[in-house]
Formats: sequence, C-alpha cells, structure tokens
Amino acid sequence: MDSVVTVTDLVVDRGRRRVLHGLSFAVPPREVTGLLGPSGSGKTTLMRAIVGVQVVHSGTVNVLGEPAGSPALRNRVGYVTQAPSVYQDLTVRENARYFAALYGMSSREAEAAIADVGLTDAAEQLFRDLSGGQQGRASLACALVGSPEVLVLDEPTVGLDPVLRVELWSRFHAMADAGTTLFVSSHVMDEAGRCDRLLLLRDGELLADSTPAQLRADGRSDDLEEAFLNVVRAREGMAA
Amino acid sequence: MTAPTTTRTTAPVRRRTTHLSPRLTAATAARVLRQLRHDHRTIAMMLVLPSVLLGLLYLLWKDLPTFPGQPGIFDRVGLTMLGILPFVVMFLVTSIAMLRERTSGTLERLLTTPLGRMDLLLGYGAAFGLAAALQALVTVTVATTIYGLDVKGSIWLVVLIAVVDAVLGVALGLLASAFARTEFQAVQFMPVVVLPQVFLCGLLVPVDQMAGWLQAISNVLPLTYAVEALQEVGSSAVATNTMWLDIAVVAGAALVALALAAATLRRRTS
Repeated sequence: MDSVVTVTDLVVDRGRRRVLHGLSFAVPPREVTGLLGPSGSGKTTLMRAIVGVQVVHSGTVNVLGEPAGSPALRNRVGYVTQAPSVYQDLTVRENARYFAALYGMSSREAEAAIADVGLTDAAEQLFRDLSGGQQGRASLACALVGSPEVLVLDEPTVGLDPVLRVELWSRFHAMADAGTTLFVSSHVMDEAGRCDRLLLLRDGELLADSTPAQLRADGRSDDLEEAFLNVVRAREGMAA
Repeated sequence: MTAPTTTRTTAPVRRRTTHLSPRLTAATAARVLRQLRHDHRTIAMMLVLPSVLLGLLYLLWKDLPTFPGQPGIFDRVGLTMLGILPFVVMFLVTSIAMLRERTSGTLERLLTTPLGRMDLLLGYGAAFGLAAALQALVTVTVATTIYGLDVKGSIWLVVLIAVVDAVLGVALGLLASAFARTEFQAVQFMPVVVLPQVFLCGLLVPVDQMAGWLQAISNVLPLTYAVEALQEVGSSAVATNTMWLDIAVVAGAALVALALAAATLRRRTS
C-alpha cells in the first residue's frame, strides 16, 4: 500500500512531559483523514512532526517516501498552523504572492488561491483588518498557493460560521478528488463525520484508526460523539 | 508466530540546507520592504529622525569656540553619528521584526517552505540595508548642506559606510532576537549589544587615549572600525587603505553575525 504519511512508533516529549506515546498509523492518498481529539491530546505536536518542525524522541515519520521535513518535501507539503501564521501588516494579495514566490509559483496562482478561499473581494485588505474567519482562510490560501500534494491543516474551521465550515469541507473533498491528500485536525466531533478516515487521539495515544462508519459500528451508536465515548469506555474497561 | 520486533530508529538527522537562492532572497527582501511600506510612520521616522537628532547636536555646539587647526566638535561627533545612528536603528528594527516572525508562527511556516535560512537572513539584510541607504542619503545631505558638516572625502563613501554599518546592526539584531523570548527582552538587548560599542568606539574618548585593556576591547568591537572609517573619509579627500580595511572588517563582522544567526534558526524545535 502506498500510504502518503507513515508514522512508526512515534514518541515525542515536550519538556519533561511525554506528549505522544509511540504512535503508528498510515495516511492513505487522495483522502481526507481527520485527526480528532480534545484540546491537549497532542494533535498539534503530531502535525508538527509530520511537517518536520518537531524534535522527536524516537520513531519515524515518512512523508511521500522521504523523512518528514526533508528539503525535497518542502515543495510538496503544505502546512497551515492553528493560529493564522501570515504577515499582519501585508494585504491578503501580498501575503499570497510572497508564499507563491517561495513555492516557485507566479502571481496567477496567488490570485487563484485567493479565489479558492473566497477572499477575492478582500484581497487588497491588510491581514490584520480581516475578521477571524477571513484570517484563517487567508492563511489557508498561502498554503494552497503551492499546490501541495499533502496538505496538513491544524483546526482550519475553528471560529468559522456553519455555512463557511460546510463550504470549506466540500472544498477539502474537492481537493482530495483532484489528488491532494489532506490531514485535518479538529476537536469538534461533529466534523468527524465529514472525514474519509478518522484517527482518534487522546492523551497522546491513538484510540482508533478507522472510518466514520466503522467507528459508529464499534461504538454502537450513530452519534459519533457517543460512539467515541463508548470506544473510550470499552478501552478503559479493558485496562481496569 | 514470532513477537514483533520493534526497531526504534532515532529521529531523522536534520539536513543542513546551505543552498542559497537569489530569487528567494529577493522575494523575501521585497516582502520585508512591502511590510515597511504599509507602516508610514516608521518610514517617516527612519528618514527624518537622524537628521533632527543631528540638528540638535549642531545647535548644541554651534556657538562654542573651536581650537585653531582642529576640526570642530560637531564635525567629529556629527560624522561619527552618521555611522552610529543607522547601526542602532537597524539593530532595534530587525530584532523586533525577527521576534515577530518567531512569535507569530510565520518563521515556523517559512521553514516548512523551500526558503533557506540564509535566504531569509540575507533578505532581511538586503531590505534594511536598502532602507539604511535612503536614510543615510537624507541624513548626509541635510548634514552637509544645512548644518555645514565638513567632510573632506566623498559623500558617497559616507553613505556606503552607513549602509555597511546598518547591515551590521541588522545582522546583530537577527542574532540577538534568537535570545529574546519577548519584546521586552529584545528591546533590552539594545543597551547590551549597542551601548558598549558606542562608548568604546572612539566617540567619547579617542581609542589611543584609553587604558590598554579598554583599547583591547575596543579593537574587537566592529563599530570601532566603522567610526575609524568615517574619520578617514572626514579628514582625507581620497579614499585611504585604512578606510577600505575598516569597511572590510565591519562587513566581515556582519557576515559572521549572519552565519551565527543562521545557526540559531532551528527548523525543528521541541
């Protein structure tokens, strides 16, 4: 199987605390894989390890057949951090053009990325004057502009109104259909149902590597939140 | 069935990306200048403030008698300030700018793109070096025309030294920002890095009149050479070898500081 991301026995410490306790999983190509878990479960740390900016204690992370963070991957993997990491004192267009230049793309691709996130009308506005939702989308545009094969998105829908959230999720699926592999984190269980595959993370351990349908079956509930709770309880029952 | 053997491999070794891309350096310099362009007040202060401060010094010494055969105090101090001011301003501006890159998450994001660490640092150096050139042009013009600052050598050499000095300030600012976690800390690196150099550069007391150990310290501080270069331009109509050597020392120090700053930019953090 040609998975796009392969994580093997990944252990990460932050300070003296162990954040990830030996994770192993694979992310299949051209799908939306959701990383679900409560705040503090290690989602961001795991995403940082996948884009290669996290010091890891042991284990391996391979992306597209290369060790995470290798120079060869920097044109192929896009990363959008949770807090929008974009220049506050530049316009949306200037930000997109700068990141386009870094990925070797032209201003045409920058305009396309701005249009993709629905910010064409706000392209001349300074980033700091945008609303929270617009800022998140501007940050996303700066990753889309590189047409990455793998897109790692850390909580991209936080603070978005429901209409925009649905729009963004359908955009993710359209991208997956077009060949992009997406790895999206969220702490809202009702977004789990929108993913093709699900990874459930809790306290740095993987509770499930599954699909929404499978999780519903395993957790004996149509409600994913309920199913997730049942899986957690079953686990803790086993441990006790 | 055999028990699975888990081979624990260590983290992949961080590959050094030492390649330089003029295209990415230029894109970064353009981006930094664009940020500056949106900040009108900073531009105004950068261009006008040194001239105003120099004017204050001019008025301070205007009516004081000078010793015959000796350069006036303003001619000596004013010229020295043309080197010190861009150094101080660019040090401060850059250390704050780089700290913002670190705290806003843009640095982490940049390091996941094809941009090399040296591209980023040289981009900053080029952008603020250009800003310093404009600043120096304005200040030197005002100083020589309105304040009657007496410069024997070429005014373009004064601008060149000011720019090299500014780049030194940029490089040290980039380096210092690595040791600051907050804006408060970053600002306080200014007195630590800048003031000792200003005290010992020959402005307050000529270097050859200092105590031996102070001279030794002065001789390893790059600003001393910038000030000596300016004094050479001030007193000699033709460019002297000493001046070129001084400029080379300042530029070399800036390159060393940039290399050290690159070493502090970690792609992987914990």
